[in-house]
Amino acid sequence: MKLKRLAISEEGFVFDPETGNSYTVNETGLLILKKLREGLSPEEIAGIMSEEYGISREEALRDIQDFLEAMARFGLWEEKYG
Amino acid sequence: MKKPYQKPTILKLQVGFLREKKSSLSRMVRQEIDGVPVAELVEKFGSPLFVFSEKRLREQFRYLKRLFEGHYPRVEFSWSYKTNYLDAICRIFHQEGATAEVVSNFEYEKARRLGVPGDQIVFNGPYKPKEILRQAVLEGARINVDSLDEILDLEEIARETGEKLRIGLRVNMDTGIYPRWDRFGFNLESGEVLNVARRIAAGGKLEVVGLHCHQGTFILEPEAYGRAAEKLVDLSQKLENDFGWTIEYLDLGGGFPSRNRLKGLYLPPEVAVPPLSEYAEKIARALLTRLPAGDYPLLILETGRALVDEAGFLITTVRALKRLPDGRRAYILDAGVNLLFTAFWYHFRVEVEREIPGPPEPCVLYGPLCMNIDVVEESALLPPLARGTRLVLSPVGAYNVTQWMQFITYRPRVVLVTEKGNVEVIREAETLEDIVRREKIPEHLK
Ligand SMILES: Cc1ncc(COP(=O)(O)O)c(C=O)c1O
Repeated sequence: MKLKRLAISEEGFVFDPETGNSYTVNETGLLILKKLREGLSPEEIAGIMSEEYGISREEALRDIQDFLEAMARFGLWEEKYG
Repeated sequence: MKKPYQKPTILKLQVGFLREKKSSLSRMVRQEIDGVPVAELVEKFGSPLFVFSEKRLREQFRYLKRLFEGHYPRVEFSWSYKTNYLDAICRIFHQEGATAEVVSNFEYEKARRLGVPGDQIVFNGPYKPKEILRQAVLEGARINVDSLDEILDLEEIARETGEKLRIGLRVNMDTGIYPRWDRFGFNLESGEVLNVARRIAAGGKLEVVGLHCHQGTFILEPEAYGRAAEKLVDLSQKLENDFGWTIEYLDLGGGFPSRNRLKGLYLPPEVAVPPLSEYAEKIARALLTRLPAGDYPLLILETGRALVDEAGFLITTVRALKRLPDGRRAYILDAGVNLLFTAFWYHFRVEVEREIPGPPEPCVLYGPLCMNIDVVEESALLPPLARGTRLVLSPVGAYNVTQWMQFITYRPRVVLVTEKGNVEVIREAETLEDIVRREKIPEHLK
């Protein structure tokens, strides 16, 4: 799992030791990364975000998918394995 | 209370990139136009929506007029219709004292219909159909001739009227700028102008009373105007001496830049675009040092974009979100190059109607057309936008509401925020009926 190798700080600083690239994520981005690492599914994370931020599950899921796609472009996420 | 929501984002760090984000973010918000909230404008008049500011139009006109009048005793601004010929916009400039500069039968007729007398019209352009040319002659318009064939037409009209006609000559020349618009009028350096002048004098039907030179548009070199003015003064003296004519006006055309960001220019317009006062100084210096004291021909300026561009805004709404294969975020707006013809040449200022949390990210702004060319901005730096977010694009007051096209979809309303802060519709949105009214189905297809 690619996510495991990443160094993620509490401030949202992400370092990929394999490529040497650094990234920043915002608060919600950080939440998604952490929950994914804990093994939660995007659907489950959408539920949490909808609770915490008062947005609909659909909007949360759509934004999560968008986020994951961005991660995939950076080579940080693979659809099947995470 | 729930925590404020930010769309999740991940950004790759690049040196120098994050440094800028704060300052650019604070400049990116526009909640109102002349005091009228963007949200209210859209609720009442729809999106997309062109919005013009009467205050800005009048202020810019007065500023430019007084600026030039402070440098040279006789100045006339002639409003370039092609830049924006909406009635209300033309009316405002005419009220401020501008005459009309037109380049076609349509524009001539539109100015007349608005109540501009013929002798308050400057008639330019490479093709003036004979009928309208005759009307312009009879109504006393200033006609700047573009070609020898037009001279033949005018000589014929002079024979009809039995009077000697007073005309201007459009001249093209080297003023040190590129591209050179050398397809309009007669060339100076090659001697073409003088040949034509000889031809006119020999014909005995026409008399040259004015010289015209429009070098191009968005000219960032004030000195080019100084050179044009010098060359026109020299030419006018030569024509007066050789042919006994009196050159009553020198018309330097348009071309002053607005604060827009021309593509390919790295610097922001605040730095790249010289202040208009530099243009006034260069022109006045050239004229005043060369003209004999007390002998001041009228200086005509056909300034278009510098008067109107910054008074125009387009409000548009994010209708869909996309992620491109290369990872960039993209938005689909309800306004595209059908409405924003100038998007091909300029990077507009893109402002969001409210502060949006989240880091700015490079993104592409697409219009609604099902065409690959429909790109409003290929790289904007914007925070993550939700569907429904309104953007304000500017400056868009010049050449868009004339060169826009009815293509794929309808053209929207245009409103004017008046000096009192009221909002008036100055052009209604197009309807299906507007578009199909001129079509006909032949009998066998019915
Ligand atoms: C003859 C003439 N005058 C005036 C203008 C207005 O130019 P601008 O909008 O650059 O001031 C134009 C524009 O092309 C023009 O062709």
